[in-house]
Amino acid sequence: MQEQDIRHLIEEVREGKLPRRSFIQQMVGVGLTAPMASMLLMHAGIASAQTNLAYRPTRRGGGGTLKLLWWQGPVHLNPHWATGTKEQEGSRMFYEPLAGWDADGNLYPVLAAEIPSRENGGLSADGRSVTWKLKRGVTWHDGQPFTADDVVFNWEFIKDPATSSSLISTYRDIQVVKVDSHTVRVTFPKPAPFWAEPFVGTSGMIIPKHLFAPYIGSKSREAPMNMAPVGTGPYKFLDFKPGDMLRGTAYAGYHIANRPHFDAIEMKGGGDAVSAARAVLQTGEYDYAWNLQVEDEILKRLEAGGKGKVAIVAGANIEFIMLNPTDPWNEVDGERASVKSKHPAFSDPAVRQAMSLLVDRKAVEDFIYGRTGVATANFLNNPPRFRSPNMKFEFNVDKANKVLDDAGWRRGAGGIREKGGTRLKFVYQTSVNQPRQKTQAIIKDACAKAGIDLELKSVTAAVFFGGDFANPDTYQKFWCDMQMYTTTMTQPDPQVFMEQYCSWEMAQKDNKWARRNILRWSNADYDAAHRASQAELDPVKRAALFIRMNDLVCGSNHVIPVVFRPRPSAAGTKLVAHLSGWDNDLWALPHWYKEA
Amino acid sequence: MGAYVLRRLLIALPSLLGISVVLFTVLALAPGDPFEELATNPNVPPEVRLALRAQLGLDDPVWQRYWHWLTSMLKGDWGFSFVSRIDVDVLILQRIPVTLAVIGASQVLALLIALPVGIIAAVKPYSWFDRIASTIAFVGFSLPTFFTGLLFILLFSIHLGWLPFVFKADIDATGWQWWWEHLKQSIMPVTVLGLFQAASWMRYVRSAVLDVIRLDYVITARSKGLGEKVVVMKHVVRNALIPVVTLVALQMPAVFGGAIVTEQIFRIPGIGSLLIDAILRNDTPVIMAVTFVFSILVIFFNLVADVLYGWLDPRISYR
Repeated sequence: MQEQDIRHLIEEVREGKLPRRSFIQQMVGVGLTAPMASMLLMHAGIASAQTNLAYRPTRRGGGGTLKLLWWQGPVHLNPHWATGTKEQEGSRMFYEPLAGWDADGNLYPVLAAEIPSRENGGLSADGRSVTWKLKRGVTWHDGQPFTADDVVFNWEFIKDPATSSSLISTYRDIQVVKVDSHTVRVTFPKPAPFWAEPFVGTSGMIIPKHLFAPYIGSKSREAPMNMAPVGTGPYKFLDFKPGDMLRGTAYAGYHIANRPHFDAIEMKGGGDAVSAARAVLQTGEYDYAWNLQVEDEILKRLEAGGKGKVAIVAGANIEFIMLNPTDPWNEVDGERASVKSKHPAFSDPAVRQAMSLLVDRKAVEDFIYGRTGVATANFLNNPPRFRSPNMKFEFNVDKANKVLDDAGWRRGAGGIREKGGTRLKFVYQTSVNQPRQKTQAIIKDACAKAGIDLELKSVTAAVFFGGDFANPDTYQKFWCDMQMYTTTMTQPDPQVFMEQYCSWEMAQKDNKWARRNILRWSNADYDAAHRASQAELDPVKRAALFIRMNDLVCGSNHVIPVVFRPRPSAAGTKLVAHLSGWDNDLWALPHWYKEA
Repeated sequence: MGAYVLRRLLIALPSLLGISVVLFTVLALAPGDPFEELATNPNVPPEVRLALRAQLGLDDPVWQRYWHWLTSMLKGDWGFSFVSRIDVDVLILQRIPVTLAVIGASQVLALLIALPVGIIAAVKPYSWFDRIASTIAFVGFSLPTFFTGLLFILLFSIHLGWLPFVFKADIDATGWQWWWEHLKQSIMPVTVLGLFQAASWMRYVRSAVLDVIRLDYVITARSKGLGEKVVVMKHVVRNALIPVVTLVALQMPAVFGGAIVTEQIFRIPGIGSLLIDAILRNDTPVIMAVTFVFSILVIFFNLVADVLYGWLDPRISYR
C-alpha cells in the first residue's frame, strides 16, 4: 500500500464513503496499529465521535465487590516502574492517564477535558507541540485538587534517570510546561507525528505531586505511596500485600457521575493460569481473570461450565521465527554469528522462501493455539479478518521442493538436500513451552518432506530470555540457525518497535548483546525508511514508510511470522467489562458493571 | 543445660555462614535476570535495564555482593526486593502469619489422627483396624500433596461446589462470619497437608508403641493388675513417644518446604508462595532471605528436638 492509496482512503472517510472503522481495520491489515491509524484520521481533521462505553446503572455503588484474579499479582503500585502489565493493571485501579485507547484505537479522554486536535487548538501546525486541557473538578483521593502541576511533575519524575523508570524513553526528550492551572503543553524536540504517547494509556498514569514531590529521583524507593497509592481513579486504596492481594473501595468523589458501579474491588494474585480460568469459567468464584495463556482446548472445556465466557481482544503479540543471516557455527574475529559472516544456507533467498512455505501456520492455529493464536504473515500485528494485501502466507510442500530444486539443492544421503558441501540441516531453538514444542514438531515434519533436516532444541525460559551474556543459549545471542519466540509491542506507535531491524541496533559482542537487532539483519532500504520515518512530519507518508519496513523485513523471509496472539481473558457471564487491546485490561474500569 | 544450649547456638553460627555462602554462590551462578521483562520488551531501551542492574549492584563481582549482603544482614538490614523495591523483612512478616496458621493447623490435625490411630493399631496389631489403617496410611504417603490437592479441588470445589479453592488472607467480615469463611477455605489445604503428614507419623507411632508394648516392664505392669488404659497411656505411650517427638520436631522445617506446593495450588499467600514467586522473578534478596529463614528453622528445630529429648528421657544428660 502506497502513500497515495492511504490518502485516497482518508478522503473516502472524509466524504463518508468509507466507514471510519473499516479504514482503521484496513490500516491494521497492512501492519499499522489501530491507534496509529486513528491518528492518521485526526491529522486529516476527521474527528471521531467519542466512543460510547455502555453503562446501565443509574447510580454510584450498589454492585457489591468486583473480584479480579491475576495469576501473577502486582508486586508494587508505582506505574512508572512497571516492568510488566501486572503492575500497570494494579496501578490502573487508582491512577488514570489523560486519555486511554479504546478497542478501535481511538483516544478516549479520562483526565483530559477533550482530545487535542487542530480544530480545538490542541495541536500546533508545526507538529511540535500538543496542548492538553485538563478536566476540572477532579480530586485526588485525599481531597486535593488535580491540576496542571501534577502533570508537569510526572514528567520531571520519570525523566530523572535516578528514578530508573521504565518509561524514561517516552519522557526524556520532551518538554512539559504549565500554561494555566488546567492546561499543559508538551513540546517535542522535533515534529512528532505520533504525539499521544506521553500521559496517555499504559505509559501515562498520573501520580500526585503533593505526595511524591519529596521522593523524586533516587529517593523514589522510599515513597510510601509505592505501596499505598493515592490517585484520581474510581477506587480508593484500602490495602495491599505484594504478589497476593490488592483491595480498594469506591471513591465517593469520583469525577464521572454514577460511577463506579461496584462498592469495592479486589485483585487476588498467585497460582497458575489454568486454575485462574477455572475460578471464573467453572466455579464462578471470581468475576474476571487476566492473561489466560492456556491452550484453547482447555478454555473451551471450562467455558462449557456456563459461569463465564472467554474474551479475546486484539493486541500486538507475534510468535515468529527468525532465520539467522549470519554463521552461528564458525567464529569470525573471535565471535560466533558475527555480523561479518554469512549463513551458508540462509544466504540463499530460495532456502528462505522454502522455509516460509514449509511453515504450516494454519495447522499451528487450528491444532495448537485455536482462538489464542491466529495465523499471520505480517510482523506488525494483524487481526484475522483483514489480511495484508502485500504479504500473503502459503503452506505448500510441493512448491518448496520445486523452489529448492530450481536453486540447485539436490537430495543427498538420507534424503537431505545439499549443494556445494552445505547440507540443509538446521538447529531450531525456542523456549520450553508446550505449544512451542508442538509448533516445532509441525515444522520439522513439513521440512522433512522437503529434504530439510531440523534439529529441535528447547531452552528453559529463564535461560533463553534471561539475558545473561555469559550464557550461549540466550535468544539475544541467537547462536543457532533458527529460533522462535513471541515479541510484544506494548506501545501504539511502531517507531521504537521497528528499530529492532535497523543496522545500528546490532546485538553483538562489543555491546554485550544488549542491543535490539537480535536477528543481525541489515538492509540499506530498511535503514533509510526508518531514518525517514523519524523525521517525517506527514503522518500518511510516515505510515507508508512503516508498511514498507514491514514488507522489507517479512519479504526477506529472514523473519517468518507464525501466529498473532490476541490476549485472552475470562469474565463472568453477567459482567460487562470494556476491554481494549491497545491499553490495559482495566483501562475502562469505572465503566464496568454487572447486569442485574 | 543453659551452657549446652549456648554452645549449640555458637556452633550454629558457622553453619549458617556456610549455608549463606553456598546459597549466594548458587544464586549468583543460576541463570536469569530480575529485569527479564524489560529485556524482552523491544520498547524499553537497553540502557534502562543496564542502569537498573548497575544501580542495584548486580554487575559487581560475586564476592563483593556477598560481602555487602553479609554486612548489612549483620546490621539487621535484610535488603530490599528487586522487583517490588520494598524491604524484604516487611514482605516476609506479611506472609508468616498465614503460613504458621495453615501449617500449625495441619500439624495439629496430623497429630490428632496419627497418635490415636497409631496407638490403637499397635495395641491390637494385625487386627482389622490395623490393616485398614495401615493400608490407608500407605496410600496417604504415596500420594504427593499436589495430587491430592488437585483431587480435592475437583471434588469439593468443582463437582460439589462446597468449598472455595482460592485462599484469601483478608476476609471482609467480622465475628462468626469471619471464622466461618476462614474455616471453609482452610479445610482443603489443611486436610491435604495434615493427612499426608498423619500417614507417615501414624506408621512411626505404631512401630514405636509396638517396640515398647512387648517389653518386660509392661508385662509387669499388667500382672500388677493395672487397667489396660493406665498401662497403655502411662507406661507404654510415654516411653514410646520419645523417638516420635524427635521426629516431629525434625520434620517441622521439611513441612515448611512441603507446604510450598500446597500454597501454590490453593493460592495461600504464605512464605512458600513468596519463595516461588521470588525464584520465578530472580529476585535474589527475597530468595536469600526466605531460604535463610528456612535454614534457621532447621537448626532451631534440631536444637528443640535435642532439648525435648532430654526432658522426656532423664537418662540423657547434656555435657
